[in-house]
Amino acid sequence: MPCTTTKSAFWRGFRDSAPFILIAGPFGLLFGVLAAEAGLNVLEAFAFSLAVFAGAAQFTALQLMQEQAPTLIVLVSALAVNLRMAMYSASLTPYLGAAPLWQRAFAAYFLVDQSYALSIAKFETNPEMTTPQRMAYFFGASGIVTPLWMGATIVGALIGSQVPESWGLDFVLPLAFLAMIGPMLRTPAHLAACFAAVVTALLAAGLPYNFGLIVAGLTGMSVGAQTELWVERYKMQKDIVR
Amino acid sequence: MSQFDSLTLWTVILGLALGSFTLRFAFLALMGDRALPAWLMRHLRYTAVAILPALVTPLVVWPSATNGSLSLPHLAAALIALAVGYLSKNIFAAMGTGALALYGLTVLIG
Repeated sequence: MPCTTTKSAFWRGFRDSAPFILIAGPFGLLFGVLAAEAGLNVLEAFAFSLAVFAGAAQFTALQLMQEQAPTLIVLVSALAVNLRMAMYSASLTPYLGAAPLWQRAFAAYFLVDQSYALSIAKFETNPEMTTPQRMAYFFGASGIVTPLWMGATIVGALIGSQVPESWGLDFVLPLAFLAMIGPMLRTPAHLAACFAAVVTALLAAGLPYNFGLIVAGLTGMSVGAQTELWVERYKMQKDIVR
Repeated sequence: MSQFDSLTLWTVILGLALGSFTLRFAFLALMGDRALPAWLMRHLRYTAVAILPALVTPLVVWPSATNGSLSLPHLAAALIALAVGYLSKNIFAAMGTGALALYGLTVLIG
């Protein structure tokens, strides 16, 4: 359905993002609980979500801080998890690049997996949308998830301080990471990247300062990229033979 | 019970805030509507599926609950969570089955 006004574009984005309530709510809650378990107070947990606003990166940083990793490694690893945001930013630029700089700055803050996935799908299928309509849709798509993530963090942090240690929540975070990885493995290249990272992580586990994480991450990225190239070449050859 | 001091925490929060914003803003701010080089996009596509498994593997193989020794319930629960997530594309089905598997197996084999 074409968007006629910027206002209706905003509300369409708002409605389209509703299913993500089911993800952002519980995950924000979980972050709050685990942050409290790690010793953060409510203000610190909330500041974390407000300032960083990136689920997987926040979980990564929390985990590594608990392992007493050096601050630099914590920052590099969590930002590496977030590197895909640079790709999102680059792929949205043809659609949003013409908007005023201050709007693009706000859009950058609200750029997460959900707002990106909704927006890029919308912009690709509706090329007639104007830049203001696209911006409105993007902000609409962030309108529920963002406040929900912050609010759920606060609630989680409040609950978390009540959770007895005997519940043994220490395996919840690994399970959350695994649950996030599964749906991301869409192509053979994704699978290869994941497998290479796992193997390297095991081999490089002895490296000091959690440096094995960086080595394994870089190995996985290169293997993924090379596999993608290989699959493309293979497909092209098959087309030529036919 | 905090295992790290608040200077570390706030350094991480502020550093991550600045860093993530820069990653998100870089291209929207500077690129106009030029495209990124293909090789760079190709690597960026695999950042999350490389870093997250690299992070989680040691946590699964050497879980903190057993003080770092290999544990069959933890390993099995992890593989089940990954498989359910891959097949169902549903994060919560994956987490739920993984947690149930861990609980069940811990009760069964201890």
